[in-house]
Amino acid sequence: MSKEFTNYRFHVTRRHFLGKVSLGLGSVALGSLLIPDLFSSSNEATQSLGLPQFAPKAKRIIYLFQNGAPSQLESFDYKPLLNKMTGEELPASIRMGQRLTGMTSGQEKFPLVGSHFKFNQYGKSGAWVSEMFPNIAKVVDDICIIKSMHTEAINHDPALTFMQTGAQQGNRPSMGAWLSYGLGSENKNLPAYCVLLSRGRGNGQGVYSKLWTNGFLDSVHQGVQFSSSEERVLYLRDPEGRDRTDRRNMLDQLAQLNALNYKEFGDPEIQARVQQYEMAYRMQTAVPELTDLTKEPDNIVKMYGADCLMPGTYAANCLLARKLSEAGVRFVQLYHQGWDQHGNMVGEMPLQAQDVDRSTAALIMDLKQRGLLDETLVIWGGEFGRTNYCQGDLSKENYGRDHHPRAYTIWMAGGGVKPGIVYGETDEFGYNIVKDPVHVNDFHATILHLMGLNHEQLTYKHLGRRYRLTDVAGKVVPGILV
Amino acid sequence: MRFLIHLLFISLLFLLLGSCSQNKQIVSVTDSVDFNLHIRPILSDRCFKCHGPDANQRKSNLRLDTREGALAALKDNPDAHAIVPGRSADSEVFLRISSTDTSQQMPPVKSNLSLTEGEIDLIKRWIDQGAIYKPHWAFIPPRQTSLPEIPDSDWPINEVDYFVLAKLERAGLNPNAEADRARLLKRVSLDITGLPPSIEIQNRFLEDQAPNAYEKMVDELLMQPQYGERMAVYWMDVARYADSHGYQDDGLRTMWPWRDWVIHAFNKNYPYDQFVTWQVAGDLLPNPTKEQVLATGFNRNHKITQEGGVIDEEYRIEYVTDRTNTFAKAFLALTFECAHCHDHKYDPISQKDYYRTFAFFNQVPEKGLVGDISLASLADPPKIKITSEEIEEILTFINKKDTTTVEVMVMRDSSLRRPTYLLTRGAYDAHGEQVSIGIPSEILPYDSMVYGTNRLGLAKWLFDERNPLTARVFVNRMWQEFFGRGFVKTSGDFGMQGELPSHPELLDWLAVDFREHDWDIKRLIKQIVMSATYRQSSAVDAEKLEIDPENILLARASRRRLIAEGIRDLALASSGLMVKEIGGPSMKVYQPKGIWESSTSGRGVLARYVQDHDDDLYRRGLYSFIKRTVPPPGMLIFDGSNRDQCEVNRMRTNTPLQALVLLNDPVILESARVFAERLMNNSKTDEDRIKLAFQSIVCRMPGKEELSMLLTYFDSEKIRFAQAPQKADLFIQAGEYPYSKVEDVVSLAALMQVVQTIYNLDEAITKT
Repeated sequence: MSKEFTNYRFHVTRRHFLGKVSLGLGSVALGSLLIPDLFSSSNEATQSLGLPQFAPKAKRIIYLFQNGAPSQLESFDYKPLLNKMTGEELPASIRMGQRLTGMTSGQEKFPLVGSHFKFNQYGKSGAWVSEMFPNIAKVVDDICIIKSMHTEAINHDPALTFMQTGAQQGNRPSMGAWLSYGLGSENKNLPAYCVLLSRGRGNGQGVYSKLWTNGFLDSVHQGVQFSSSEERVLYLRDPEGRDRTDRRNMLDQLAQLNALNYKEFGDPEIQARVQQYEMAYRMQTAVPELTDLTKEPDNIVKMYGADCLMPGTYAANCLLARKLSEAGVRFVQLYHQGWDQHGNMVGEMPLQAQDVDRSTAALIMDLKQRGLLDETLVIWGGEFGRTNYCQGDLSKENYGRDHHPRAYTIWMAGGGVKPGIVYGETDEFGYNIVKDPVHVNDFHATILHLMGLNHEQLTYKHLGRRYRLTDVAGKVVPGILV
Repeated sequence: MRFLIHLLFISLLFLLLGSCSQNKQIVSVTDSVDFNLHIRPILSDRCFKCHGPDANQRKSNLRLDTREGALAALKDNPDAHAIVPGRSADSEVFLRISSTDTSQQMPPVKSNLSLTEGEIDLIKRWIDQGAIYKPHWAFIPPRQTSLPEIPDSDWPINEVDYFVLAKLERAGLNPNAEADRARLLKRVSLDITGLPPSIEIQNRFLEDQAPNAYEKMVDELLMQPQYGERMAVYWMDVARYADSHGYQDDGLRTMWPWRDWVIHAFNKNYPYDQFVTWQVAGDLLPNPTKEQVLATGFNRNHKITQEGGVIDEEYRIEYVTDRTNTFAKAFLALTFECAHCHDHKYDPISQKDYYRTFAFFNQVPEKGLVGDISLASLADPPKIKITSEEIEEILTFINKKDTTTVEVMVMRDSSLRRPTYLLTRGAYDAHGEQVSIGIPSEILPYDSMVYGTNRLGLAKWLFDERNPLTARVFVNRMWQEFFGRGFVKTSGDFGMQGELPSHPELLDWLAVDFREHDWDIKRLIKQIVMSATYRQSSAVDAEKLEIDPENILLARASRRRLIAEGIRDLALASSGLMVKEIGGPSMKVYQPKGIWESSTSGRGVLARYVQDHDDDLYRRGLYSFIKRTVPPPGMLIFDGSNRDQCEVNRMRTNTPLQALVLLNDPVILESARVFAERLMNNSKTDEDRIKLAFQSIVCRMPGKEELSMLLTYFDSEKIRFAQAPQKADLFIQAGEYPYSKVEDVVSLAALMQVVQTIYNLDEAITKT
């Protein structure tokens, strides 16, 4: 494929045929929405625009973001040494003067603390999983646990932003926006990039719209937030007293009146707007149908747990994610808040785990039974890890952990990722990575690779510079690929 | 002949589009290759990353951004030279770019960059013609050339038109005829005040037969206080204004008195040099007034963190960085931020230069972390308190109704000078060598003996008449505001990687004229809107669309969709709902439920959205409350800025979500309802009502066909509602504005439907 593939396709052709204003719908939608006789000369350009650069392993992504940073030491990175050494000072040889957050930099002591929760080995892989995640333990042979993630940011806002956009400061396109830009949408009636929010019962840190921003890409690549209210997409629902016929009549009037205007002014934007109204109209039918979870069969509801019928819960969002993904949404991004256990690990983390364990596992099983797991990449994890030493008071009953960017655990499933393996390793203190480190840039490069995109070639030139999701770094991690 | 010229143009356009994706200059075909026009864009884009200004990244010690560098003997092979003027066959550059041997080829395969045959040929011809280098156009101070010769034509109205017409002539294009008066009035009214012309103004203008009717109207619009609001909308993006701090907890701040000042400054027509000097360095003026200090709030609009775990110094550095980047982008249109971590890859801005400029903004006694969110801390020192007495006596432009004092963050320099270090890789704690104040010398050397050593000196440097950028950058931005596209399309990047100006002589003429006329902003705007170029119709035929789809040559006016704030303003103004109060705190208008709540950390006064009521619901879009982490969704859907960083050019997309907003946003529905009520009670016939609605919203009388369509639609809706009157009752429920008594609810509902349809017309939300 030509080197400047993306830039050439996206800039030259679109600019030439659509003039100054970017229509910017993903390619597939673009091709089908444009009026054929107006743009008949453009087909060479627009049709190939949405193709991946090589055969993709995954067609879609569901990213189950665990916002606030769940402790790896209480979930997947089992460190019995910490239990033995609880209360003892973190050896300087391990810490090596690493940076601390402002919350613990004033602490005089850094006592190690072992997990309050028991671990067991599961599946053929024999991976260790904590007792708080019994259902995820059951699907452990379907997932690939990466224990060697590391990041550069130590605070929530920059770390989240880094995980989602490849840069710590805002205003870069997020991962979903890049994929929408690179691959377009598979479904004419739905956005390519959808965002679902939920909140757990633990200490929360908030999410920000910059996490699903289009940055300098066209705003059509912005993540569309689905809310838990009856109106799933903002402004989707017709106000009281209007039915479909009313809307249809109105749209027909609009089209006719706009056509008169087009006759006089000849601006293709007018026709494009008419088509956008048609897509909006289709979305108004498609989205409520798709997001209506009440018609799900009992066995599915049972799988995800009763919570899945309660809008706005993580379980409901998992089920919704499957439906959106199944309908062709390229990137479904969940954020579940509440994982920031600076204190009260013992009280809060089980509640958090309880809220996500069953439905997360159900999503994997559900995709699998539908034959979709192979082409859907599922990602579970937070923005950094947590320290092996205690923040605040260490008591027999309770403890807390501060932010730890040096090593953390995430897992992936499906979509071309090796199932049933554990990748990477930390030292026995769970502090430093000793084998196969995966930087956030590597993580991004790998995800794009699975989607059939070369992370060095998916570029967008903005203010003189070619930007990438992986900025100037990143290597695909071959060890986790099928 | 015309046809042939067009053919030539089309093929040239294709050549250029295909060969260089960023610099699609429409240039006349010439044998002589120009460095600035043809060669630098290629070298910069494909070569400078490794052979450019960044000394640390330079490969084989070869630099191609200077002629000395390109002509020098090669390090690895002293007998060879990258460029031998006049002899491409002996020039290593040409041999490498034309080589098919991948071990020799440049750019290397792994760079993912390549040159087209056309580009290789251009470089060959340039070398053969002597490899002449020229300084980057934007760093040569603008010069006013004489007006170009144009064929006998009565089209030009002012100087602008001479330049535009000369270019059109060369392209074989004719300008469009003047727009019809109604559409022209709508365009100029929206461009100057951000509001559609009222019915009264429309009628008065259409009836005015005086030859200077248009000029009188322009003067009238420029005198309206809404002009200041419209300009402030633009400036808020540049200044990254918001009502919250921006990071994680995203607490409340009160910078709105500074916004009131901006509106005031535009309305008072402060000259641009004064407007900017006060914002950059008002606190450093001799015996500064409170107003001058308030103006410096510009540099405190950046985001501020309240996240407990952060390291103070790291974020303090972040704020200084933001100020430095904003200064460069806002006033110089340069991407200084690229030199934060390393020498700039394309422009002559070394990392050291970066930190020298940084030093100007590094003197504020401030902290990285702003206090406890639960206390809703409004500002970190330095800040000023503004009392009611001051508002009554001196700061009369501040719109504050209660008697409490309000705090605004401003600039102040410490008495002790804080040393500034080059920060290795941009890391806050990686101190490199200590640097003194300065500016990249290629723009205009900074002589501290002349300008002084603080921000006031920086402002003086900015307005030194030898500064090549300041006037050009602002003139270009204003052109962008009135034509949708600047002469330099990349209005935030006048560097090597930016696009070249479409009308360089006109840009320079206007820049010099602007500076020589005391940086008079209203005068500049009047010059632009008085031109025949601006007044053209926006109609486009297939031929013009094919030849010049982006309307670079200006053979027509561009159709431009209203910005996010403009759409709200159109609905409120046309329906009569708008409360035309100037200034004051931001308002929390209708917003879909739960948006703030679902993303908040739960801390601070902005955790929940508490909507305002009554008059506060009907203020202009400028005053909508912006919480940075959750900006108003309707605004973002229409490409509004999230105010994270300085922005100088909004996108203009066309998406299905925009259709949903116009169909279902309460502000549009309420405007339609209230407008329909007023029409029912104040006009006699259905036809009058529909005509008046159309005229208020689209700002012209409907055509015959349009009127008959709308009347037919009204009748059919009326029949539908008559069959289900209870539906009509539901239908008209919209918004909190008190309901007027209307007897005929069926007609009211049908009329509301028609009004809303008009709001959704493409022409309604477009400057046509």
